[in-house]
Amino acid sequence: MVAPGHSFESVTKKIVDVIYSATPKGWVIGFAISFMILQILAVSVSWLLYEGIGVWGVNIPVGWGFDIVNFVWWIGIGHAGTLISAILLLFHQTWRTSINRFAEAMTLFAVACAGLYPLAHMGRPWFAYWLLPYPNTMQLWPQFRSPLEWDVFAVSTYFTVSLLFWLVGLVPDFAAMRDRATHAIPRFIYGVLSIGWRGGSMHWHRYETAYLMLAGLSTPLVLSVHTIVSFDFAVGNLPGWHATIFPPYFVAGAIYSGFAMVINLATPIRHFYGMKDFITDKHMDNMAKIMLATGLMVFYGYGVEAFMAYYSANEYERDLMMKNRIFGPYGNFYWALIFCNGFIPQLLWFKSIRSNEALLFIISIIVNIGMWLERFVILMSLQRDFMPSSWGQYCPTFWDISTYVGTFGLFLSLLFLFCRVLPMISIFEMKHLLPESHVHHHGHGEHAHAGQGGHH
Amino acid sequence: MEAPKPKLYGLVAQFNTPTEIVEAAQKARDAGYKKMEAYSPFPVEDLHEAVGFKRTKLPILVFFGGMVGFLTAFSLETFTSGGAPSFMDPFIPDWFKYPMNIGGRPLNSWIAFIPPEFELTVLFSAFTTVFGMLLLNGYPRLYHPLFNVPGFSRASTDKFFLCIESTDDKFDLQGTKQFLEGLNPEELSEVPA
Repeated sequence: MVAPGHSFESVTKKIVDVIYSATPKGWVIGFAISFMILQILAVSVSWLLYEGIGVWGVNIPVGWGFDIVNFVWWIGIGHAGTLISAILLLFHQTWRTSINRFAEAMTLFAVACAGLYPLAHMGRPWFAYWLLPYPNTMQLWPQFRSPLEWDVFAVSTYFTVSLLFWLVGLVPDFAAMRDRATHAIPRFIYGVLSIGWRGGSMHWHRYETAYLMLAGLSTPLVLSVHTIVSFDFAVGNLPGWHATIFPPYFVAGAIYSGFAMVINLATPIRHFYGMKDFITDKHMDNMAKIMLATGLMVFYGYGVEAFMAYYSANEYERDLMMKNRIFGPYGNFYWALIFCNGFIPQLLWFKSIRSNEALLFIISIIVNIGMWLERFVILMSLQRDFMPSSWGQYCPTFWDISTYVGTFGLFLSLLFLFCRVLPMISIFEMKHLLPESHVHHHGHGEHAHAGQGGHH
Repeated sequence: MEAPKPKLYGLVAQFNTPTEIVEAAQKARDAGYKKMEAYSPFPVEDLHEAVGFKRTKLPILVFFGGMVGFLTAFSLETFTSGGAPSFMDPFIPDWFKYPMNIGGRPLNSWIAFIPPEFELTVLFSAFTTVFGMLLLNGYPRLYHPLFNVPGFSRASTDKFFLCIESTDDKFDLQGTKQFLEGLNPEELSEVPA
């Protein structure tokens, strides 16, 4: 999982030097563009706060629009990071090591983008703290039976635990940064961030225990988050939403789109930072396979949705599925979704396509478009109320679209900053993958173990 | 007059491979040293046992952290929703009650209360894990005598260190120095306190 010829020293140097060398020109250009896109978000949110929710296309009967579509989309993308850092760790998938750091960063930044939408949709986000249970002079408490309140707990816990997991992973790497600093200022900054990490054997023992427990805690957590997000729909007594398939297929879809985003991020990192030794072709192949597997689960979910609507023999379910969703006003979007998430991933069966970086990159983009369409198609169930007189149609406005574009600015700006100032690959875990990291109890340290490396 | 000798934190020996540090720690423990610690750039299998440490009690702390999280969410939801049994009424202050009739569901809708209970259990466990680990390890501690050893900065890159502390009962400068030299370290230095 690491290209041959690397030592403890070279692994550290390779990752640390990205930060301690001069800023590459490409980084400046990329960050400048992202930062400009971020300004679109600033303008859009300011206008929304000034003018009110009316600047968006939402109205009755479609009271949720781009805001929840993008909320679910972003939060789904985050799930791959936790899957890589926690679930693959528990399954002893050592190849996760080189991609977990930036995948976790991706999680945090995607959840930050997602969190903006419900806050903005409140109309009065300065009262966002009303969502939290706290003793107040109005003597009010939240309504704990509501999935929207569960969301508050799920998303805030998810963000907090992901942040803790990420920071804990960074501490020993901050120490490596501190120890290789040649100037006083970075030594001071990384020294403070490393909180004085020395790498004592008992410290490592507690550290590894803590890391493993965090992985064990994050695993059910990540499954719960998208389950609860799907409850926002599935608990509602509405045809097309009130389905038990929602939680599993939302979770599978989240991991599916998240891996697509990890591939989209790993490809440029491999190229521009010369990290092909660490993020090898095998990594890309494995990620493509996970994408294929979860993609099939998602496609199965679409099939079950359609079948259950038919099998329920309920005319509202059948009408919704056929006359609204599949052949309705946004029927084209449904077929585009089937194309993106049903047919395109089938290409990943072929090794030649999985090992073609450019194709994999494009497929990943298509997958994320497909996952966005999925949430949009689900949302558009709201268009046809039960009385034709109260039917309506949803169309995003300029500000809906500009807010969505703007969140890419936030996401990419944060990612660029992350690549510049933090070690983008976990240094100490990479060393664990080298054969010389193993203790030889009776030998003389000459015969290396088979190169499978790494354990926790 | 002779200048007073600088106080010592201990003696530190530098090694090149994980195997060497584990063997060195075992030998030092066999020789009767207790107050020592081995330092490595990444976790080395069973090194803490070679040095003589026992398993951490962290998981027990985390269990209680998780229980506190669960009970917090459980009581928060049950009490504020007015779902507690009536004999508890005198013990629950009025500001902590906000019974709501949501579509005729019972005040104690315990099934609907599970998601926040689960989330707070995870949240409190995670906090206990991270801060328990850091506090048990004595962090944050930005200064440590070992940082004065010139070569010690490589403890985060590629070198392994065994430090026998001067507070150990068996510690005497000459004898311990001789012992550590017998382990064939790459380097051996005194750690000023």
